[in-house]
Amino acid sequence: MAKKRISRRKFLVRGGLGALGVLAVGTYAFRNPLRRSILEMANSIDLPYSGSGMEPMVWFEVTQENNILLHSPKVEMGQGTFTSLAQMAADELEVSLAQIQVVHATTATGSIDALSTGGSTSVSGLWQPLRELAATMREMIKGEAAKKMAIDSTNLQIENGIITAGDISMTYAEAVANVSEWEIPDTPTLKDIKEYKFVGKPLPRIDLEAKVFGDPIFGMDVEMPDMLYGAVVRPDKIGAAMASVDSTKAETMPGVVKVIQEDDFVGVVARSLLEAENAKEALEIEWNVSKDWQTAAIVEMLKVGNGNPMILQKKGGGVEDGEDTISLEFSSPIGAHAQLEPNGVVASVEGDKAIIKISTQVVGITRKEVADRLDLDVENVNVIPTYLGGGFGRRLHTPHAVQAAVMSKAVGRPVKYFFTRKEEFQHDMFRPPTHHMLKGKLTQEGTIDTIQHDFSSGGVAIGSVLLPSAAHAILGADIGAIRGGFCQYGAIPNIRTVTWHVDLPFATSWWRSLGLLANTFAWESFMDELAMKAGRNPVEFRLAHIQDDQAGARLKSVIKAAAERSGYHDTPQNGRAMGFAASTDAGTPCAQVVEVSIEGDEIKVHKVTCAMDPGIAVNPDQVRAQCEGAIIMGMSASLFEKMEVVDGSLTPTIYGPYEMALMRHAPKEIDVVLLQGIDKPGPVGEPPLGPIGAAIANAVFRLTGKRLTAMPLKLS
Amino acid sequence: MNITFHINGSSQTVAIADENTPLLWVVRDLLNLKGTKFGCGKAACGACTLHVDGEAVRSCSYAIKFAEGKHVTTIEGLGTKESPHPVQQAWIAEIVPQCGYCQPGFMMATAALLEKIPNPTDEDIDRNIINVCRCATYYRMRKAIHRAAELNAANVEPESENS
Repeated sequence: MAKKRISRRKFLVRGGLGALGVLAVGTYAFRNPLRRSILEMANSIDLPYSGSGMEPMVWFEVTQENNILLHSPKVEMGQGTFTSLAQMAADELEVSLAQIQVVHATTATGSIDALSTGGSTSVSGLWQPLRELAATMREMIKGEAAKKMAIDSTNLQIENGIITAGDISMTYAEAVANVSEWEIPDTPTLKDIKEYKFVGKPLPRIDLEAKVFGDPIFGMDVEMPDMLYGAVVRPDKIGAAMASVDSTKAETMPGVVKVIQEDDFVGVVARSLLEAENAKEALEIEWNVSKDWQTAAIVEMLKVGNGNPMILQKKGGGVEDGEDTISLEFSSPIGAHAQLEPNGVVASVEGDKAIIKISTQVVGITRKEVADRLDLDVENVNVIPTYLGGGFGRRLHTPHAVQAAVMSKAVGRPVKYFFTRKEEFQHDMFRPPTHHMLKGKLTQEGTIDTIQHDFSSGGVAIGSVLLPSAAHAILGADIGAIRGGFCQYGAIPNIRTVTWHVDLPFATSWWRSLGLLANTFAWESFMDELAMKAGRNPVEFRLAHIQDDQAGARLKSVIKAAAERSGYHDTPQNGRAMGFAASTDAGTPCAQVVEVSIEGDEIKVHKVTCAMDPGIAVNPDQVRAQCEGAIIMGMSASLFEKMEVVDGSLTPTIYGPYEMALMRHAPKEIDVVLLQGIDKPGPVGEPPLGPIGAAIANAVFRLTGKRLTAMPLKLS
Repeated sequence: MNITFHINGSSQTVAIADENTPLLWVVRDLLNLKGTKFGCGKAACGACTLHVDGEAVRSCSYAIKFAEGKHVTTIEGLGTKESPHPVQQAWIAEIVPQCGYCQPGFMMATAALLEKIPNPTDEDIDRNIINVCRCATYYRMRKAIHRAAELNAANVEPESENS
């Protein structure tokens, strides 16, 4: 197993990873069928929906106004899922899109996702089950109408939720009135996709008006009658443990209702938010800190060779060190989620019941956490999700619901509490920093003979609420950190990828696209380097190394489309250079071409061409929106963002010092080309984050001759 | 103490214990207008942008005492679903929002910008629209800002022809 570690010294003496010595200690992931299937699934996610209820009535409600309420088991965090689900349901239900209103299912009223909203799986995972449920519901309503109209149901026509037979008609609302027992028929045959009126159309988001007119739809906007405000103490330093608390002063502060001391947190409840925050500041707390961490120590820990290795891909032989070995190292920093809506929750605990209103990506898990902590029956905890002011993976951990529930129980009133921005930055579940070593050898003909990627990362999935630390013993590799770590060029004869897991002293976890951004940065920068060394055009060079199968064909298609659409050329013109990169994430291939110039010390991105094959685009406009947003978010992470560890604290703790892409950095032109290489929807929200960092670095190389190997990319 | 100011066109008096309470919390928690958002509390992100006497202000860092006698406009007062402001019309036409949380702040900043610079260049937009959007909807926002300027111009032109 992977217990034997390679000491750093030994590693340095070797001058890098040899073909045999280091790899031999790694456990080969693919030997165990369970691991193999889980890891392959992680790399090519095609999860069917695994929700809590599959009865059509749990999903759909017919209102008296003859509209349909769709109780979504997935939350809306900006990704546009509600709109796509409405399109899918409307087409099979035979209603207009305007007749469908999508609401978050609560744990008391609907089917909630057993796991989470994340991983770009909402639309792809619900594609089949939701349409089947909608079609079944339609047939059920039709059956009731047939009974009421005393007509054989095969003679009924339906349009816009109105059932007609000759000159008799009945609305859905009339058909379902007073039905006390439903018959659920066999799943009807779904319509041909060509018959759909809404699926495949670039329709406006159904939440557009609410978001343009400032409707109170977010967790932060929730109020409950008689509500108080809470605040919870968090240490500034990594690993700090509370030694003592003196609440004498805090308890006398204006508006304070109660100071709550639990084994694992100290909180204050007060009449107003500001009073709660002021009282929190007045708590006198001593912290025990065993070590003042610094960035340099984290970077050292993370070097490939220091953690637990696991071989992910093994084809042919590894790279033997020699004169003709080409090698490069890459790194990415700690990244913050920085979503605009801070984490927050309103909890009301009364007797043996709890109501939790919260922006969360893990509705079911949050419910269980609250029930466990307060010793309540799970059925008595109703988690009511709100719209999320950004998710990006941050809200896959929402244990603050438990703290709010504990505080509510202690004061006997509802309690609202949310993080300050400083707490958001210091106590984020960060994107882990990474280190990558790439090695390769070319043949005399200028093709790749051997390629090897060793990459080290803090935990993404391992240690998270969705996958506890024990999972490492089963999986061996972190299914989040390895996203994008695989070699997508299957025609290369010799391939190795090895992942190294490192436990960091602070929490790291899911950040939109997980390992994809950093892994693709390393892979695709190195592919560019090899193409240059081989003296070949990087587009043609990539195409030459892709295998002949469906995944390969789709990857080739997006690469060709991006190159053609952008008019890719390999020589800078008028101070601008193009950069190329491609990735395959969760089965969705994406290629991007950037046009970059350098102005002073600044890397300026003028235009991005993005070709992606997500399969069926249920709402092509929102697929484009996801590409545009992911490209700029990826630019932000690649060019600017970086958390540091200084004297034990994660810093900075505010926007601005935590540098991000703003309006002035956004490309003036983003051209998205959508291809459809499969006949079902694939993941969309994360895949377009892959190529952007490498594409920019590859363009900079053409302008400066300098290979930037560390994110954020800086010229000096 | 009592502070009187105009909010979205009507006069309002609020009783407040601390005159340094940020305008944001008065608007959100006392007046129950939730469209103005809390993002950072340090005027660093712009999610709380509203107008005070027509100027874009980051209300998380604007003490309520300074609002005395002034005209405050929030996203709820910018336009309505029945009668949207040109900026809101443009935001709808370009389908700008994703998560939507920061969007009221951006729309308020844009509306204030267009009052000063009716037809902003890209450079004007870059210099003046400096809020943070994590979904990174900047590409569509820029298009929406130009569209809003066009809508404004179209609204103004017929009047000038009549005069």
